[in-house]
Amino acid sequence: MSEESPRVGLFVTCLVDLFRPTVGFAAVKLLEDADCTVEVPRAQTCCGQPAYNSGDRADARSIAAHTIAAFAGYDYVVAPSGSCAAMLSEHYPALFDDDPGLAAKAAELAGRTYELVSFLTDVRGVTGVEARFPGSVTYHDSCSGLRELGIKDQPRALLATVEGLTLAEHADAEICCGFGGTFCVKYPDISNRMVSAKADAVEGTGADTLLAGDLGCLLNMAGKLKRRGAKTSARHVAEVLAGMTEQPAIGESAEG
Amino acid sequence: MESSARAFKENARAAVADPQLKRALSHVKEGFIGKRAKAAAKLPEFEVLRDAARDIKNHTLDHLDLYLEHYERKVTEAGGQVHWCPTAEDARRAVLEICRAAGARTVTKGKSMIAEEIALNDHLEANGITPVETDLGEYIIQLRGETPSHIIAPAVHLTKDLIEADFRAHHTALPPERPLSEPRQLVNEAREVLRDKYLAADVGITGANFLVAETGTSVIVTNEGNGDLTQVLPRVHIVVASLEKIVPTLEDVSTILRVLARSATGQECSTYTTFSTGPKRAEDPDGPDQYHVILLDNGRSSMLGGEFQDMLRCIRCGACMNHCPVYHAIGGHAYGWVYPGPMGAVLTPSLIGIEEAGHLPSASTFCGRCESVCPMRIPLPKMMRHWREREFERHLSPTGARAGLALWAFFAKRPALYHFVTGMAAPVLAALGRGRFRRLPLAGGWTAHRDMPAPEGRTFRQLWAGHRQGGSR
Repeated sequence: MSEESPRVGLFVTCLVDLFRPTVGFAAVKLLEDADCTVEVPRAQTCCGQPAYNSGDRADARSIAAHTIAAFAGYDYVVAPSGSCAAMLSEHYPALFDDDPGLAAKAAELAGRTYELVSFLTDVRGVTGVEARFPGSVTYHDSCSGLRELGIKDQPRALLATVEGLTLAEHADAEICCGFGGTFCVKYPDISNRMVSAKADAVEGTGADTLLAGDLGCLLNMAGKLKRRGAKTSARHVAEVLAGMTEQPAIGESAEG
Repeated sequence: MESSARAFKENARAAVADPQLKRALSHVKEGFIGKRAKAAAKLPEFEVLRDAARDIKNHTLDHLDLYLEHYERKVTEAGGQVHWCPTAEDARRAVLEICRAAGARTVTKGKSMIAEEIALNDHLEANGITPVETDLGEYIIQLRGETPSHIIAPAVHLTKDLIEADFRAHHTALPPERPLSEPRQLVNEAREVLRDKYLAADVGITGANFLVAETGTSVIVTNEGNGDLTQVLPRVHIVVASLEKIVPTLEDVSTILRVLARSATGQECSTYTTFSTGPKRAEDPDGPDQYHVILLDNGRSSMLGGEFQDMLRCIRCGACMNHCPVYHAIGGHAYGWVYPGPMGAVLTPSLIGIEEAGHLPSASTFCGRCESVCPMRIPLPKMMRHWREREFERHLSPTGARAGLALWAFFAKRPALYHFVTGMAAPVLAALGRGRFRRLPLAGGWTAHRDMPAPEGRTFRQLWAGHRQGGSR
């Protein structure tokens, strides 16, 4: 496949698959608009972070080995999540430090794995999108994307080209929302304090919609905003960039 | 020091419910972070200096035996004495022997986390010697019978109203109507009270930020000047330091100093940086007659050559906890032992055991902010994960969590089965939730504090299959 129309394997992520397929379709649309041929390997499940971050290295390795095999041969692997993309690109190679064969495959996969929005801007040279989203939004920088992959300006650059959209930054946009995978249920009191602070900051902007690039963080923040009765909706940034915002926002239903 | 790290969850719950602590902790967020960022931004070579500082410590740790022996030789040549102490007990005994030999009744102390680690104050008091903390924060918590909640700002969990009340309660010889609501007034009063103690002290105990192998020098950095009075005025100076404080040369000290204060308080340099080599020489106008170094191991040498060696690079600047959202939520005491925050989450299990301190490396979202500001580039999240791996291997993690994880992993390793089950579950959850759940069985930790958004309906996998037959393999 020529570089003009690279073959991209979409790593859907387990949360998008289960909770919010719209994000997956938004990713497909954005990738196709950027002249990519998108395929969705059937043998994928989860990137393995729940095991990896719980100290269960054996299961993490086994899941990683499945993922490596499932995504062999694609020009690129793209995930609508900084956290899952970083798992593949930053952490898989270290899982196989005693298995040179798999370590080499993991390193090879790592070299062609990207988070969706940064792939669009940094690899495909996308400078704008054709989408309309009237209203003000605020953007949360999810930790893995920000600190492991350096994603900060890319989503803002594309959001700036969405018609009708204004960006109202919230204080401490770079501070963790308190999700942390299993952290939020293992240490609910601490997580609650963190997500409460995040919700305060988000509500403080008066923005209509909270955007982020990771569904885990979004489920956490949307869940808190809804519990507080906040008016702020929450969506994955890909939905807005793709102009696919017909679905009710996260945690909302057609009835409201 | 006694540990309550096992009760971390209970400690944390109490901490988040404490409005006074919340007020006090807001100063950590507002104070340290902006100042560090500004100081780092002002120095174009800051990132290069971080690399250099890391490399110095890595080199030193790889040749630690060599540098320690050289250091001891130099201390001895300067007329001082090094006391090798494998355990906290050995260190306490060595300090007490020196104090007894000096006939000490009062001991002044500069700030030292090693003294906290070996619970030195309790030991001295139990043996009839009065320790007096001279660092303002340490002085305040000594009055309150507390331990430090932060490694460079020990009383950061307190507000000035509380400190005023403590001073009024303890400094009863001073006029009760004196004004004491301004920080400056509190500082001056502490200074006045401590002045007599410096003169009365028989022994002065300080910590060390660095031990210099080249010269046998101990280095302290302070902002109050209390450390200088503590080590210069009494007849005997005892330095308590752990063995990883060693660096090869004075040049190395100056390199690391350039990242230390900037990372800690955002200062270019601390107000006082004091180098001490041996006791007073014949030509010196003042200084102690004796100079002792208590060189503590307490488990550190077992970290050498293993996956936690990088932690020994730590220079105790506190930047990791200053930037940690978990620390901001619960403060330092909840961690239950001497060292809080991310550096404590890695170091504490090394020193007191993962059985005791398992919660500490688990209670992190791996947000990575600590590593991003660590001047020594210590991969803190990675090492917390290593602790979780040790815990998992030894079956120390909670049974329920292990069972849940095993069940999830069983499916995650079997894509067809996984998608069959999620494909069944998603539409059911969507129908039940209609947007979101306020309560959900087995997810009480989540729904106690927030709603659980419900799935949209069918899974992506199901929809994609209908959307594009043959589009996938």
